[in-house]
Amino acid sequence: MNLGGGQVVNKQPMMPSSSGGSWKSSAAAAGGDSGVSDQFPAGLRVLVVDDDSTCLMILEKMLRHCKYEVTKCNRAEVALSYLRENKNGFDVVISDVHMPDMDGFKLLEHIGLEMDLPVIMMSADDSKSVVMKGVTHGACDYLIKPVRIEALRNIWQHVVRKRKHEWKDFDQSASADEQKQPEEPDYSSSANEGHNWKNTKRRKDEDDEADERDESSSLKKPRVVWSVELHQQFVAAVNQLGIDKAVPKKILELMNVPGLTRENVASHLQKYRLYLRRLSGSQHPGGMNTGFMGGPDPGFGSMSSLNGLDLQALAASGQLGQLPPQSLATLQAAALGRSTNLKSTISVPVIDQRNIFSFENPKSRYPEVQSQHLTNNNSSKQINLLPGIPTNMEPKQFVSMHQSGQHSLGNMNNLVLMQMGGQSQSQSQSQAQLNTNVHNGLRQPVMSNEMLTRGGVVDMAPTVYNPVVSVSQASSLVNFSMGHKTDSSRSSYSLRGNLGIPNLPNTSSALQGDRNLDTKVSRKGTVPSYDIFNDLNQNRDWGLPDVGLTFDQNQHTIQTGLDASNPLLLQHNRSSGRDMGGQNRNITSGKVMLSQGFETRTHHNGSNVGQHRTTYVKTENDNDGSCHSTLYSEQYGQDDLLAAVLKHQQHQQQEGVGQPENEFVFDGYALDDLPV
Amino acid sequence: MEQNHTKRQIKVTRNSLFEQGYLDEQFTQLEDLQDDANPNFVEEIVTSFFSDSTRLIRNVETALENYPLDFCKLDDYMHQFMGSSSSIGAKKVRNECTQFQEYCKARNDDGCIRAFQRVKQEHATLKRKLEAYFQVSL
Repeated sequence: MNLGGGQVVNKQPMMPSSSGGSWKSSAAAAGGDSGVSDQFPAGLRVLVVDDDSTCLMILEKMLRHCKYEVTKCNRAEVALSYLRENKNGFDVVISDVHMPDMDGFKLLEHIGLEMDLPVIMMSADDSKSVVMKGVTHGACDYLIKPVRIEALRNIWQHVVRKRKHEWKDFDQSASADEQKQPEEPDYSSSANEGHNWKNTKRRKDEDDEADERDESSSLKKPRVVWSVELHQQFVAAVNQLGIDKAVPKKILELMNVPGLTRENVASHLQKYRLYLRRLSGSQHPGGMNTGFMGGPDPGFGSMSSLNGLDLQALAASGQLGQLPPQSLATLQAAALGRSTNLKSTISVPVIDQRNIFSFENPKSRYPEVQSQHLTNNNSSKQINLLPGIPTNMEPKQFVSMHQSGQHSLGNMNNLVLMQMGGQSQSQSQSQAQLNTNVHNGLRQPVMSNEMLTRGGVVDMAPTVYNPVVSVSQASSLVNFSMGHKTDSSRSSYSLRGNLGIPNLPNTSSALQGDRNLDTKVSRKGTVPSYDIFNDLNQNRDWGLPDVGLTFDQNQHTIQTGLDASNPLLLQHNRSSGRDMGGQNRNITSGKVMLSQGFETRTHHNGSNVGQHRTTYVKTENDNDGSCHSTLYSEQYGQDDLLAAVLKHQQHQQQEGVGQPENEFVFDGYALDDLPV
Repeated sequence: MEQNHTKRQIKVTRNSLFEQGYLDEQFTQLEDLQDDANPNFVEEIVTSFFSDSTRLIRNVETALENYPLDFCKLDDYMHQFMGSSSSIGAKKVRNECTQFQEYCKARNDDGCIRAFQRVKQEHATLKRKLEAYFQVSL
C-alpha cells in the first residue's frame, strides 16, 4: 500500500504505532484523492488494546485490511497515555475486557470521560452479564472473540453516530456558533466540540478528508480533555450550584476556565449525570459509603456526591412527588454507596426507588442518567434505567405487548405509575395507552411484564446487549451503539453506561421538576438512546409494584431501547432535522430498518413481542437462562433505561413528535420470545 | 508435476485439519488476511500463539500444583487461553479450554487436572500438525 500520506493522516503527531510508519499506509492508500465519501471510512484511526499479543496482531491486520489506521498497545495505561497525548489522535478505541493491568471497563470509563471517544469492548466471554456491563459502562459495541473481519468493517459507524449526535446536540442548541459552515468531517475532531459536528457528518461526503482536516483543525476548537483537575473544578462548580441548578452556563462561569465553552460543559455535565445515576443506581443500599465522596476516583467521588445531591434536589423540588421519604433516603444511600463500591451489587429495592424517583421526574432522571454514565465504579449493571419511566415512547406498544402484567417495579411502579400518568400524558398521545396502564392503577407496565414473564425477565437487559454483541459479530446489524453507548454528553443516543442519557442542556429544566417529559426544551438533539430507554421505561411497567420487576423493566427497557434506538438511528441518519416522529412511526409500523442496519424488530404494538427477533435478540435468548441471576442484580440498569427513555420522550417532545409511540417498539418483549 | 503434487498435498493436509476439527473458520479468516505484503502472516500468528500459549501452559501447571487450587486464577488463565486459541481457529484446543473452565466453575480439582491434560494434549497435537503443514506449504 502506498502511503498516500496526505489524506487521512491527521495532522497531529502520529501516534506511536507498532509498525512505525507503515500503518498510515492503509489509510493513505485508501482513497487517494477522492472525496471524503469515497475514502471514508478508510483512514479511521483505531487504537486497539489487548494484552494478548496474538490477538493484537490479528486485529491489527484485520483493521489494516479495512483500511483503517491502526495503533496497537497491550497495556491499558499505555493506551490511555496515547490518548491523552494525542487528544484528537484517534477516532475509535477497541479494547479487551480482561487485561492484567486495568480492567477494560475502567479504561472504557476513563476514555468516555476524558476523551469521549467511541469504545468497543471485546472479549471471549459472551455472558450476558459482561455484555451488560459493557453497555452500562458506555461501550458502544461489544465484540465476541474470535473477532471476524466483518465485525470490524463496520466500526466506523460508531464514530459517525457519535459525531452525528454531537452535531445534533449542537444543532439544536441556540448557539449561533454552531451554525458555521460545515467543516471537513474530521474524524478526529473533537467530539466534544460543537464545531466539528457538522463536519463529521456532512462534510464527509463532500470534501477531501485530508484537506478538511487541515482546515478544520484551524477552524475547529481543540477538543477539550477533561483532566482530573478540570473535572474537579467542574464538580465543585456543580456542587456549589446544586444539581438542579447546575446549568452549563453557570457552571462555566463558576469554573472560569479560559477556552472552555458552554458546550463543553454541557456535554460533560451530561456524562457526569449519567455517571451519578449509575452510581446511585448500582449502589447497594447497604453499601453506602460514607459521605459523598466515596467514589473510587477522585473525580468520581465527587460525582457520587453529586448524585446524592441530585436525589436531594429532586426530592426537594417535589419532583419525586410521591416518592416516599424512605425511598429517597435509600436512593441517596444508594447513590452514595455506589460511588464507593466498585462492584456494588445492585439492590433491587434501591433501584426501584430510584426508578420511582426517576419516574416522577423526567428531569431528574437526566442527572441520574448522566451520573451513571460517569460512574466508574459501576461494576455491574449500571443500567439503571429509570425504570418505569413512562416515556411516551411507545405506550401503545407496551401496553399491547405486555398484558400479562407482571413484574412491575414494585414500589416504583406505584409511584411511578402515578407520576407517569401525569407525565406521560403530556408526553404524547401514544402515551395514552401507557398512561392508562400507568395511571390507572399502577398497572404493571404491560410490556415489561411481558418481557419479564417470558423467559425470565432477566433477559431483557441482557438481551439488549446481546444485540450488540451479535451484531458485532455479524457485523451486520445495527450497532447497538445506540444503546450501548450512553454518551450523555452529547448525543442522545449515547447511552453510555446508561440508557438514555438525558441531554444535559436541559439540565436545569430537567432538574426542575416541572419539566415535563414533553418539554424537551433544551434538549439538544435528545439522544435517541434516551428515547429508547424512555420507551422502554414507559412501556415497561415501571409502575409495577414488584420491585423485582424492576429488573425486568430495565431489561425491557433496554430492549426497547434497542428498538427505540432504531428510530433514533433512523433519525440520526436523516441528516436534516430528523423527524423523530416520522422515524418512530416507521419503527412502529413494523420492521424498521435502521439505517445502521439495525434490524428493527417489528415494533408493533403489542403484537410484536414475539416478533422482534432480531439477530441480537436471539443471541440473548441463548443466554437467557444464565442471565436471570445477573439480570436481577442489574437493576440499576433500569434506572438508566428509564433515564434514557425519559430522555427520549423529552426529546420526542422537543422534536414535536407527538408520540414517540411507536418509536420504540417495545422489543423487549420480543426478547422473551426470541427463539433461542 | 511435483509442484502440483505438493500443492495437492498441501491442500489435503489443510483440509484434513479442518475436517478433523483441529481448525475452524477463524483460521480461514487468517489465511484471508495473508497477502503479498505479509506472505507469512499465518505462520507468524501461529508461532506467536504457540509461544504465548506454551508460557500459559506452564503457568497453569504451576498453579495446579498449589493446593488448594485457585480456581479464579485458573479460570483466568483459561480465559486467556481460550481467547487466543479461538482467535487462530484452534477449535479442539478451545473446546478443551471450555471444559476446563466448566470444571473450574464446579471447583472440581480432579476434573480440572484431567481437563488440563487434555488441553495440553490438544495443544501439542495441533502444534505438531501445524508445523508439518507450514513445512510443506511455505
